[in-house]
Amino acid sequence: MSTSHTVSETVPAAKKVESATVAAAVPAARGGITPRHLVLAAVALLLASWGFLPEFSVTLLNYIGLYALVALGLVMLTGVGGMTSFGQAAFVGLGAYATAWACTSPDAAALFGALPPALLPWAGLALGLVITFAVAWFLGSITLKLSGHYLPLCTIAWGLSLYFLFGNLEFLGGHTGMAGLPPLVVGGVSLASPRVLGLLIWAVVLLALWALHNLLDSREGRAIRSLKGGRVMAESMGVDTGRQRIKLFVLAALLAAVSGWLYAHLQRFVNPTPFNLNIGIEYLFMAVVGGAGHLWGAVLGAALITLLKEQLQDLLPRLLGSSGNFEVVVFGLLMLFVLQRFADGLWPQLAAVARRWLRPTPVKLPAAAPLPQRALPPRSQVVLEAKDVTKRFGGLVANNAVNLRVKAGEILALIGPNGAGKSTFFNMISGVDDPSSGEVRLMGQAMAGKPSRAFAALGLSRSFQHVRLLGQRTVLENVAVGAHLRAQRGWIASMLRLDRAEEAAVLAEARRQIERCGLGAHVDTPAASLALGQQRIVEIARALASQPAVLLLDEPAAGLRHLEKQALAKLLDQLRAEGLGILVVEHDMEFVMNLADRITVLEFGTVIAEGTPAEVQGNQRVLDAYLGGGDDMGVAA
Amino acid sequence: MDLQIALLLGQDGIVNGAVYGLMALALVLVFSVTRVIFIPQGEFVAFAALSMAMLQSGRAPASLWLLLALAVAVLALEAWRAQRGATVDWKSTLFWCVLCPAAAAAMVALQPQAQALQAAATLLLITPLGPLLYRLAYRPLARASVLMLLIVSVALHGVLVGLGLLFFGAEGSRTNAFSELRLDVGGLSITGQSLVVVGTTLALVVAMFVFFERSIVGKALRATAMNRVGARLMGIPTELSGDVCFAFAALIGAVAGLLVAPITTVYYDTGFLIGLKGFVAAIVGGLASYPLALAGALLVGQLESFASFWSSAFKEVLVFTLIIPVLWWRSLRSHHVEEDE
Repeated sequence: MSTSHTVSETVPAAKKVESATVAAAVPAARGGITPRHLVLAAVALLLASWGFLPEFSVTLLNYIGLYALVALGLVMLTGVGGMTSFGQAAFVGLGAYATAWACTSPDAAALFGALPPALLPWAGLALGLVITFAVAWFLGSITLKLSGHYLPLCTIAWGLSLYFLFGNLEFLGGHTGMAGLPPLVVGGVSLASPRVLGLLIWAVVLLALWALHNLLDSREGRAIRSLKGGRVMAESMGVDTGRQRIKLFVLAALLAAVSGWLYAHLQRFVNPTPFNLNIGIEYLFMAVVGGAGHLWGAVLGAALITLLKEQLQDLLPRLLGSSGNFEVVVFGLLMLFVLQRFADGLWPQLAAVARRWLRPTPVKLPAAAPLPQRALPPRSQVVLEAKDVTKRFGGLVANNAVNLRVKAGEILALIGPNGAGKSTFFNMISGVDDPSSGEVRLMGQAMAGKPSRAFAALGLSRSFQHVRLLGQRTVLENVAVGAHLRAQRGWIASMLRLDRAEEAAVLAEARRQIERCGLGAHVDTPAASLALGQQRIVEIARALASQPAVLLLDEPAAGLRHLEKQALAKLLDQLRAEGLGILVVEHDMEFVMNLADRITVLEFGTVIAEGTPAEVQGNQRVLDAYLGGGDDMGVAA
Repeated sequence: MDLQIALLLGQDGIVNGAVYGLMALALVLVFSVTRVIFIPQGEFVAFAALSMAMLQSGRAPASLWLLLALAVAVLALEAWRAQRGATVDWKSTLFWCVLCPAAAAAMVALQPQAQALQAAATLLLITPLGPLLYRLAYRPLARASVLMLLIVSVALHGVLVGLGLLFFGAEGSRTNAFSELRLDVGGLSITGQSLVVVGTTLALVVAMFVFFERSIVGKALRATAMNRVGARLMGIPTELSGDVCFAFAALIGAVAGLLVAPITTVYYDTGFLIGLKGFVAAIVGGLASYPLALAGALLVGQLESFASFWSSAFKEVLVFTLIIPVLWWRSLRSHHVEEDE
């Protein structure tokens, strides 16, 4: 399994780049050991020694496994998806209480009476998963459109509420809880002994690690990673980020519920205490201390915190002379220290050491078939049309009744002095923002109120003036996000590795677009380490990976050198010849005048001229706008 | 339920709502200026209430040791930063790390008997905790995402609750009321303490309004809240604004602590629930609007008060699940995805 799931945005990109080049510089250096070999060896060792470990170690390892399962969900949420939850303990509680109720309650006996007793825990598992799914989906959906910190705040309230509920509901045993849970029975074998159940616990942990690793290394994985700091971009590439966010939250909750189910059958009784908010916070400590962006960080964090807690619960009361939950002080301080010194947690520190003598696990993909192609509209057909588009911000009119049409097979340039409202207009015709009034039509369809992913689905793709790339991911991964809508494989297929043929096709297409844009040498470079001009080109490659019919480019030539500009002009010319409709916002007049078929000039949000480059160049109002009319000497960029 | 009970519950709700309103104001202030979702806000309430109780029983409040330890830690941190070439604002550092703790220690040493002096000593003890905690926990991460800062908050909350248990023990305390007055208005009995709570809250709200509308520091804080970079370019020291708003938060928390301590028994972890109810209120205003947050606080107070009448076991559940319709209502108002800060 890969050791490089580095995502957190808080570490300077330069540092990442450095370690990435180190990894590249020492290929297959010593021995042929890959991380995968290491994992297999560790699993084999654990399995071989499992029968001989002392009882106490088995118990600790079991708890580490249970906690790691919850922490895995938090890694996916926090480090990868840019959300978090303080209420995971409550989901663990749902899983535990569901099976406790199913196995021991007389009400449940009436419901599941037909089932043989050995199957009751499985009914409990199903019940727990269904309830957890419903609750998590509901909580996720109400915070769907709000910024990322509302969900965690919501989970605090939820974690508290559920704890109070468990303690106050009579049919769940109130504060005393429920006892007498039966052991799990699999294929006639009883898992009553912790040593036997531990095998199941760790099998589930390893299975989850494998599935999540696969998920992250896929089309859906790239979409999930873009939730952290790249939502606007991802939406413009057709990703339904709200849905991805809910699914991620549900996934983390389900992992917690499975952990709760296993816990209940390990303990054989449940009460509300292990599911309160403090424990929920402890789970988050595990994920953050271990490394919130790394799957194995969850296991490391769970192990560290569990062992530390074991020691502290012994040591602190003796040291302080009174008993109480004092380990939270140590954990809190530890967490503050880790967040301030190693924002990515401790796993990357280990991984950096390991990388010196490990060879990266080779990537094996099947031969790539081409991705499906969209049929482009016939030349000269209007593909994108703005009718009287107006945008007001309070009293400021940023765009005033702007009309504009982009036809297939032409390049239309939108120019105007700084602050003329070009980027505002761009956002409205790509669905990032809604016009105050007026209409945008794409491929003949009215787009009022539609999100930017609906624009992407109809064949519009765009670049951003302020580059929006996932800085720590490679150029290849960034461009592959553009092809999101050209593939279909979902979460389950990705987890089970059923997506390999499609993934190969997506990556091949991304590689093709990168090479076409002249960045072939930088395919595996983290995007943030490129020069700004090159990052703009990556944005164009990403837009092209969606095989658009309409291409919107916001200042593509800014920051490019002369030869690079020429190459860009040649590329755009080629795309025009292929039949794309292209709208370019650009300040470089030489670039625009040589390239565009038609030009629209915007000043103070209003169209002041349109026509061929020659017509616009001769237009007095344009000259005034750019060179300043009267004594007003405003000089445009 | 008859009118009598309804009025009684309503009065209770207003008093509690006023306290939650104070919490909500502090939370909105801290979030808008520093982007910190300040979970430990409630700890100031508990620390103040329990410190006051210790003062009234003639003991030195344990929070003094916390204050002195934090002051030493911050002095060490600033000296270390100065040595590494960072510019350190020694004036404010000495104010928070030497002057305030010294004054607090002197007040405690004098063992004041008058309630007003005890209250003043408590405020002096608790208020500097805000800027000191800010400098130790948050300032080094000032550029981190809201999410990271939230996680820091939760860690800090854990540390403070654990310390609270260590300092004050598991038993709760109640302090003497500021006013023993009892009014009988149309069959409804109003306690002087509840008038003190509502009156103090109103006075604080007005004072904050004047501060933010009129004073230059208040305007600088508002500017920082609106646009951090812009404020810095205009010469506003945004790090000092962190100090100031955390001091405000601690002061407001301490006042709230003094107000609730005579009404309910405060335990070392009581503050957390009070703070969280303030959060529910603040979220009504999107963590941005003061008036909406106050309205939310009144709503939370009423809901809690009436819920405790109908089913006291589920009181907390009802109050915290209020966050769900509130979030749902807020998300109806936003159309496009927001990028996380």
